[in-house]
Amino acid sequence: MNTSAARSSSDEDGRFKLLDVALQQQGYRQDALIEVLHLAQKSFGYLDPSVLRYVAKKLKLPPSRVFGVATFYKLFTLKPKGRHTCVLCIGTACYVKGARELLAAVEQTANIHAGEVTADGAASLTTARCLGACGTAPVVVYDDAFRGQQSAKDVSKCWKDWLTHEPAAAS
Amino acid sequence: MNLQQLVEIGAEERRTRKPIVIRCCIAAGCWSAKSGEVIRQLENSVQQAGLEQQVHVAPVGCLRLCSQGPLVAVDPHEKLYQKVNLATAPSIVEALAGGTCEAELCDPNAPFFQRQASVILENSGFVEPGRIETYLAADGYRALHRALLEMTREEVIEEVKRSGLRGRGGAGYPTGLKWSLVAKTPAEQRYVVCNADEGDPGAFMNRSVLESDPHRVLEGMAIAGQAVGATQGYIYVRGEYPLAIERLQTAIQQAYGLGLLGSNIFSSSFNFPIDIRIGGGAFVCGEETALMASIMGERGIPSPRPPYPAERGLWGLPTLLNNVETFANIPGIIRRGAEWFRSHGTPQSPGTKVFCLTGQVANAGLVEVPLGTSVKTIVEEIGGGAAEGHSIKAVQTGGASGGCIPAALFDTPVDYDSLAKIGSIMGSGGMIVLDDTTDMVDIARYFMQFCMTESCGKCVPCRAGTVQLHALLQRILAGQARREDLQRLELLCDLVKQTSLCGLGQAAPNPTLSTLQYFRAEYEARLTDSPTSPTCLAKEN
Repeated sequence: MNTSAARSSSDEDGRFKLLDVALQQQGYRQDALIEVLHLAQKSFGYLDPSVLRYVAKKLKLPPSRVFGVATFYKLFTLKPKGRHTCVLCIGTACYVKGARELLAAVEQTANIHAGEVTADGAASLTTARCLGACGTAPVVVYDDAFRGQQSAKDVSKCWKDWLTHEPAAAS
Repeated sequence: MNLQQLVEIGAEERRTRKPIVIRCCIAAGCWSAKSGEVIRQLENSVQQAGLEQQVHVAPVGCLRLCSQGPLVAVDPHEKLYQKVNLATAPSIVEALAGGTCEAELCDPNAPFFQRQASVILENSGFVEPGRIETYLAADGYRALHRALLEMTREEVIEEVKRSGLRGRGGAGYPTGLKWSLVAKTPAEQRYVVCNADEGDPGAFMNRSVLESDPHRVLEGMAIAGQAVGATQGYIYVRGEYPLAIERLQTAIQQAYGLGLLGSNIFSSSFNFPIDIRIGGGAFVCGEETALMASIMGERGIPSPRPPYPAERGLWGLPTLLNNVETFANIPGIIRRGAEWFRSHGTPQSPGTKVFCLTGQVANAGLVEVPLGTSVKTIVEEIGGGAAEGHSIKAVQTGGASGGCIPAALFDTPVDYDSLAKIGSIMGSGGMIVLDDTTDMVDIARYFMQFCMTESCGKCVPCRAGTVQLHALLQRILAGQARREDLQRLELLCDLVKQTSLCGLGQAAPNPTLSTLQYFRAEYEARLTDSPTSPTCLAKEN
């Protein structure tokens, strides 16, 4: 427990250093806030309030402005994601090709709703308004890999794998 | 870099081209069908067959028939293969040495390909987005050279005006006029912004253009920069398009490396750096004032116009804002002239337009046609009609701001004015085919839900109106609405349309209004006469 806590704090130091590099590259310009938040989310996985306060301080912006921007844009998340991520596209083409049924199937298999993470943190489920791969609708993104022409069976199978093979706590 | 060097790089690329080229699509559609793995497999097979000297495997942009991807074309054999996978890919290489090919053949002479035009997408599927040399071999950056060194700023703007090009983002504002407004506004500094925040669900034209032929857009932006006297360009790309962002970054770096962007372009006094700005997943940022707020690092909230960006845009300075496809048209107009451009399309809507044909249609993919082509040609001939046993009911154009065109009106030519007349809009180019299994009230509800969740919340008509409209539509769907509710729906649609601040709210009722216009019976069939049915707007007087 102690070692993992120590390691995670040193990981975090490394990530703050990365964030410093990004801030420096952007010349601490206040208008680069969104770029900085994208980079922060990439290295931390999500935007923790401590990270947002750090960015506010470094860019000399009021925290309200940073929180405002972070909560306005849908791609930013203030909560940790699951170890696996599943994004279901519900754009029009996917919708008319059965995205609703796909979503219902996953919600049943995973026992969570869109926007939630499984209780053990194994996987999170989100929806997207259109991923621009409509020619192969319906589209699902599993851990950053796009897959087209998905069926309820395909998605449920992947989720079952995630939920059963995933160890309860990553060592 | 001078013209001679530019021409030489292109000529060298053509000279060293191997006799056989296997082109494999790596745009988003095929990419999601694992075309990345197919390319590696093809390369391995070429190596194993010892054909490296004769055969080049080229990762190229969109080959258009996305629903049958991954697509692989073989030159000069004019063969096109579809649904290529790891098992069938090696046989494509074996077939070059006389073996039999097991990959599924796709007919390049089918109407899907033959009825299309190639103006904006002329390089798509041919140039390699990751190698600027291939773009130069296709006469790339020659138009920029011409605009910078052989034409005056006024002549460039005049040429764009004469071409009659209209904004491809959907509104159709004359591009040349916009350019001259920005150029005329007195200022020390001006900006050029490319709107690649392609938010409409069912639209991926911009994504395809950026992923297939990124330099074309950069060249168009640089020409615009010179014409309006701008010193900096921005491309605002959706955060949902990581592949497009990556390819743009590569393209920008390569252009900088050759002195085609950045400082002293073509050794002239013209400086034009281009920066990428990544969106955060907010539909409203497609609206120009919201987009500019987002570029400046703020929440994407629209502001009233006027002042228009042409007068007061980024940081209060004149800003030219055009869509990806508008910029992609510019190099062709400058290189080949306005008359050539006008030879496509109709007098009022010249040129071509790229559409994304998707939904319940046999051939889904990227389609480029001259403006004025009928909906029927696009859906029936190019799209191949509905799946067997079904018939097409309508086509949805213009995304959440557009409307549904019923099958009875499929003879309508697709241009800005004709579509507006029948209650839809051209929009950015999404065309979603709906067959007889589609519930039109549910489609209206779907788009209203979309607008409701994407409303930025600044103005009341949009923030509160879309919520009420959505509730009304849901009641109708549930069979709990009375006739008064339908009237209320229409009244509220009108109110939201007339009083919202920006395009999002003003257009939010469009899908509902157009389905009401053409499929009213589907609404009426769900109404109830029951006096006990509670009224939807609980707080009304």
